[in-house]
Amino acid sequence: MRNARKVTRRRSVNAAILAALFALAAVIAGCGSSSGSGSSGGGKLDVVGYSTPESVYQEDLEPAFEKTSAGSGVSFSNSFGASGDQSRAVVAGQPASVVHFSQAGDMERLVEEGELVAKDWEKQPHGGIATDSVVVLVVRKGNPQGIQTFDDLQSKDVGIVTPNPFSSGSARWNIMAVYGTAINEGKSSAQALEAVKTVLEKTKAQPGSARDALAAFTQGEGDVLLSYENEAIKAENEGEDIEYIVPPSTILIETPIAVTKDAPEPAAEAFLKFIWSDEGQEIWAENGYRPVNPKLVDTKQFPTPKELFKISQFGGWGKVNEEFFDDEAGSVAKIEGELGVSTSG
Amino acid sequence: MEAHSATASATRAGIRLPWVGAGLGRGTVVLYLSLIVLLPLAALVSQSFEGGLSTFWTQVTSPQAVRSLELTVVASLIVVAINAVFGTVIAWILVRDDFPGKAAVNAVIDLPFALPTIVASLTLLALYGHESPVGIDIGLTRTAVVVALLFVTLPFVVRAVQPLLIEMDREMEEAAASLGASGFTVFRRIIFPNLLPGLAAGVALAFARALGEFGSVLIFAGGLPDTQVSSVFIRTQIESGNDTGAAAVSVVLLVASLLLLAVIGLIQRWGNRHERSAAAGLTVMPMSGEDFTEKGGEDGDR
Amino acid sequence: MGTASGTRSRWGLRTLGLGYLALLLLAPLVMIFYKTFENGLAPPLEAITSADGLHALQLSLLMVAIAVPLNTIFGVGCALLLVRHKWKGNSVIDAVINLPFAISPVVIGLSLFLLYGTKGWLGPTLSEAGIEILFSVPGMVIASVFVSLPFVVRETVPVLQEIGTEQEQAASTLGANAWQTFWRVTLPAIRWGVAYGVVLTTARVLGEFGAVSIVSGSRSGETETLPLFVQKQFDNFNTAGAYGASVLLAVLALTTLLAMNVLKRKEDA
Repeated sequence: MRNARKVTRRRSVNAAILAALFALAAVIAGCGSSSGSGSSGGGKLDVVGYSTPESVYQEDLEPAFEKTSAGSGVSFSNSFGASGDQSRAVVAGQPASVVHFSQAGDMERLVEEGELVAKDWEKQPHGGIATDSVVVLVVRKGNPQGIQTFDDLQSKDVGIVTPNPFSSGSARWNIMAVYGTAINEGKSSAQALEAVKTVLEKTKAQPGSARDALAAFTQGEGDVLLSYENEAIKAENEGEDIEYIVPPSTILIETPIAVTKDAPEPAAEAFLKFIWSDEGQEIWAENGYRPVNPKLVDTKQFPTPKELFKISQFGGWGKVNEEFFDDEAGSVAKIEGELGVSTSG
Repeated sequence: MEAHSATASATRAGIRLPWVGAGLGRGTVVLYLSLIVLLPLAALVSQSFEGGLSTFWTQVTSPQAVRSLELTVVASLIVVAINAVFGTVIAWILVRDDFPGKAAVNAVIDLPFALPTIVASLTLLALYGHESPVGIDIGLTRTAVVVALLFVTLPFVVRAVQPLLIEMDREMEEAAASLGASGFTVFRRIIFPNLLPGLAAGVALAFARALGEFGSVLIFAGGLPDTQVSSVFIRTQIESGNDTGAAAVSVVLLVASLLLLAVIGLIQRWGNRHERSAAAGLTVMPMSGEDFTEKGGEDGDR
Repeated sequence: MGTASGTRSRWGLRTLGLGYLALLLLAPLVMIFYKTFENGLAPPLEAITSADGLHALQLSLLMVAIAVPLNTIFGVGCALLLVRHKWKGNSVIDAVINLPFAISPVVIGLSLFLLYGTKGWLGPTLSEAGIEILFSVPGMVIASVFVSLPFVVRETVPVLQEIGTEQEQAASTLGANAWQTFWRVTLPAIRWGVAYGVVLTTARVLGEFGAVSIVSGSRSGETETLPLFVQKQFDNFNTAGAYGASVLLAVLALTTLLAMNVLKRKEDA
């Protein structure tokens, strides 16, 4: 009957389409797996890092490393986000070979909670620090409010954007910059904490990561953003309508890096060595990050603040995290609690 | 044996798997559902009460949790109200009106179903954000939340009202009109009550969707404390390692979802015109693949 | 309705409805294409054909290739069970199937994260057996299956009910066994309903963002689907890449709409 023939024809057409789709999917799946994996030698490195250096790794460092003899055949997978969140994700099981955080506390978490990083990571070259930066003040082009120092934040009526210190490492640097500036002016600890409180009171938004904070600021939030110098440089390069000020007194941001215990060797160590090599540090400099090798720091691009202090002045991140940023007992946690801000992200 | 069972149960004949087969099939279905849906949800509930009832309560009543829940509920209510009106209007013009390009418009209604939410968010930001070509900048605001939710929930009401409009018996309308009732009165007294079940179901489904929406709100409205909906809040809690807090607020949303599903079920039973599904006790989601612009078409080749 | 006020109200409604649609649906759709090709073809093309971009596309298609057949087989089987075999528990099964419609994708992602995480009920056991669910493809598949579960069932049930059982009865009196009856009689009759459900499932899996984002960790080149790729590109100021991938997804969405439209007519015909 006509019907039966029609039905059979239609059914075979359907079957053919279905088969074609499956074949297409299989081919694509097959293609991908052969092109994406690291073939002979080399290895697969999972880079887990804080929010801002993603494009540096993806577009410059990794391709450059792959061209070297130590790096040939190595392939990468990248995961970047707020430093605290990334650190917790690795402890929760996210695969990682090379970890690059924005403050040492997030590295220590991997040592203590996950036993994923060697305890003596600080004995690496340059104290285990991959790059430096400083906390800067990012403002709208023309600096309409004339902000020049952290003290201006206290006195002027401005809306501040800074990330949440309980998810973002950048935010902790920002707060310690405010605190440290006050201390070095001769104020007491209590007064310095008051300065921090004033800043947080004026904070209109506390996004999760440094990158999120920059996005919020460029989209119109607030009058001044506290961020890394490298973020400000990147935003300028992207043509955003902003400018930044390196305050005369600010903190040196030191971002730690390490390989995990299960990382594929020798690829992982070789990659770290590359990051510390002159070539690697030049790549960082081109992207707005201060090289850890002082000879490579171009002071025209990276002006030296008159009063540059470090976290070691306050006992290092171990002590600072406990005293200031402990979820419940930390002094900043208390301030945030008073202001009604979530202390867990 | 097949023939015997087929004739023996005339009221529910049809493709019958042998008794063992039906049981096995049922077992497989239950296993699949349990593994994929129920077990994870159970783990969620379990985690939310890990610190006991008091911790659950503290987490759910934390200032930001409350703030985001408030925003989510209020925005969702506003959105379903707006889309109830516009959805009905659009359904109306698709069924009762005729204009060039109607078929294309009818097809495009489903765009929010097909487009990934993150893409919606991106383009809404490009269109109505700080680089807006039309000068409307509502990026990172609560209005952005409303606009994003309007986008994703639009099809629900339209597709729920359309079939009812199509099936409606025009005689009563025509009778009322011939008796002198104005267009609006006809709508209010005759048409609208008939649309109510579909409208209510569409609204409930849209509300459920709006409560849980994530991707379209994420980039456009951002995660600032003032513009953070509950789903974004839950996400930030997960990233901060606060699993219990995230689970607690999730359970609140889950309970809301369950209640809405129950409400939809009741509505279907109440206003049900589709006897076949009423008989089976199964719900009909307002997304069935009926062609809503034309009635008729021949019977298939059977 | 030939009266003047009738025409006025008709035009009023038309303007209202179509204007709303233009602002809300059409404008964003046009915007995607405009923004993508604003600076020419090269930037978005480059981003899509980068290693990570291609991998994201491939991964998204892989999700479809696994989740859709699974949910199709489940969907048809479940629909048969619900419609042809009366059972007390059917309404419970029905209710559970509806859950993915109403639950937030973030809640879905979190529940999977808790179940299969290092402190979850199934996580440690599976880890010891060498099976990694989270931060890896299997977890993403499970998430995709969860969120797209209902579509095939929901589309097949009404069709099954509508076609009735006479043909099946006839076939079995003629001596066909259950499998033959299904394959030769039932399936062809419900095929357009099933196809429609398959298209909806595919669209849902391709567009899934929230649940997969939580479960996968969005590791570029490994667990980053196309929607996640869009977000990553946007976060890194690579608007060309974000829009390029968005256009691709939008084209897939429009293709889905086309398929939906065609299949709707077939289902009715």
